[in-house]
Amino acid sequence: MRRVVITGQGAVTALGHNAHQTLEGLREGICGVGELTFQDSERLSVKIGAQVKGFDPADHFNRQEVALYDLFTQFALLAGKEAVIASGIDFEGALAERAGVILGSAGGGLQTQDQNYRAVYVQGKNRVHPFTVPRLMNNAAASHLSMRHGIRGPVYSVSSACASANHAMGQAFHMIRGGACDVVLTGGSDSMLCFGGIKAWEGLKVLSSEACRPFCATRSGMVQGEGAAVFVFEDYEHAAARGADILAEVVGFSMTSDAADIVLPAQDGAERAMRAALRDARLSPDDIDYLNAHGTGTRANDKSESAAINAVFGDHTRHLSVSSTKAMHGHVMGGTGAVELLAVIMALRSGVIAPTIGFQQADPECAINLVANDAQEKPVRAALSNAFAFGGLNAVIALKRI
Amino acid sequence: MRDEQTLIGDGAIRKKIREIIALHVKLDVQDLSDTQSLEDQGIDSLSLVEIIFALEETFDIAVPYNTGDPDLDRIYTSSLAVFVTAIEGFVAEQSPTI
Repeated sequence: MRRVVITGQGAVTALGHNAHQTLEGLREGICGVGELTFQDSERLSVKIGAQVKGFDPADHFNRQEVALYDLFTQFALLAGKEAVIASGIDFEGALAERAGVILGSAGGGLQTQDQNYRAVYVQGKNRVHPFTVPRLMNNAAASHLSMRHGIRGPVYSVSSACASANHAMGQAFHMIRGGACDVVLTGGSDSMLCFGGIKAWEGLKVLSSEACRPFCATRSGMVQGEGAAVFVFEDYEHAAARGADILAEVVGFSMTSDAADIVLPAQDGAERAMRAALRDARLSPDDIDYLNAHGTGTRANDKSESAAINAVFGDHTRHLSVSSTKAMHGHVMGGTGAVELLAVIMALRSGVIAPTIGFQQADPECAINLVANDAQEKPVRAALSNAFAFGGLNAVIALKRI
Repeated sequence: MRDEQTLIGDGAIRKKIREIIALHVKLDVQDLSDTQSLEDQGIDSLSLVEIIFALEETFDIAVPYNTGDPDLDRIYTSSLAVFVTAIEGFVAEQSPTI
């Protein structure tokens, strides 16, 4: 089987409009959570989120493009462009058909749906913008990335709530490992920070009104974020032949389903996913120095994930550095696994583990070695990144230093 | 709700709350136990969120909880009577005309 490496990364998050700024924020423990500002936000009960601030579409796209691109597509295109430039890859010629785009998104063009429902239901209008459908479809971001870069192989989107990006990146890994593609642009993008988007989440009563504090005894729920991260996954031989700068190697992936509850996580599903990712990567628990947790800051997830980590890693748990970066960039939904992969790559490349900020007090139900509040410096040989979705879907990816 | 004003008098709010809970857990009202917790009567956190929504809609109130809130945990894991009393309190506070 072929080896798969990452040769480029790009991002747009509440911490910055590119990967570099986002990484700086992750390293410094910057909090991207603030007051939500959008139409009707004054009517929200939960008024905080990790919104991408200071973002003007006109700085990046022309008028026709803005008319065609929902925000989640804009984020994906900018992150994708950054990743492609960084990797130095060129999709000209034969490579175009050996290349793909696999992108995760939970909400797709939710901003577009929100705006257009408002137009027909609230404003009483009887027509909407002609591009409403091509803006809102879940595969819009993947398709536009394919058009921009002339990528003509397998292109599709994956939607599995909070596990979307991990599922997408896992598929990209499989495609290259199995030989169907040489290069895949992959990651995830979501922008659900709009009135209807937050109202839906308010209803579930899992949002915090003050901060996201993963694994902390005083945690009060999750905080929504938005943004995208896109990576260039590439066949190792292909990358080496063109002298590409290799950021990390993708060595394992696994997916499981709890088959239990539509919202409550099950320890067993998470446990099986981590074990299978290790097996796939031919790594033992002791080889893992860092785990980027799903760590949403809800009572249920953090307790169940901690128990699963203990079950999988046993005695090694106390040596295994764990952090959840959601306290900084919020829960980026279908894009979250991709944004979090930036932190995993940083840990492998620079030996800097991004912290879990906002931590106040240890919770005996979350007995893990948490990197709290300040970044930790330590050599990281291999790492896991967890994503557990509503619907009981778990996707875990394993990366190795190269 | 205003059209039910005539129905809801002394003890009637309590009765209505119990009816709503019973409806969501598919139990007869008389089978609900005041002393047992909601949890012990088979009400999981998802049903609880649904019940709270129904109570908010029925009485035009806002129940200021989320699932990460220790107050909710306390009310949820103690007896049904404690939960019903808490909701009654919100109705008296926020919808005094009911």
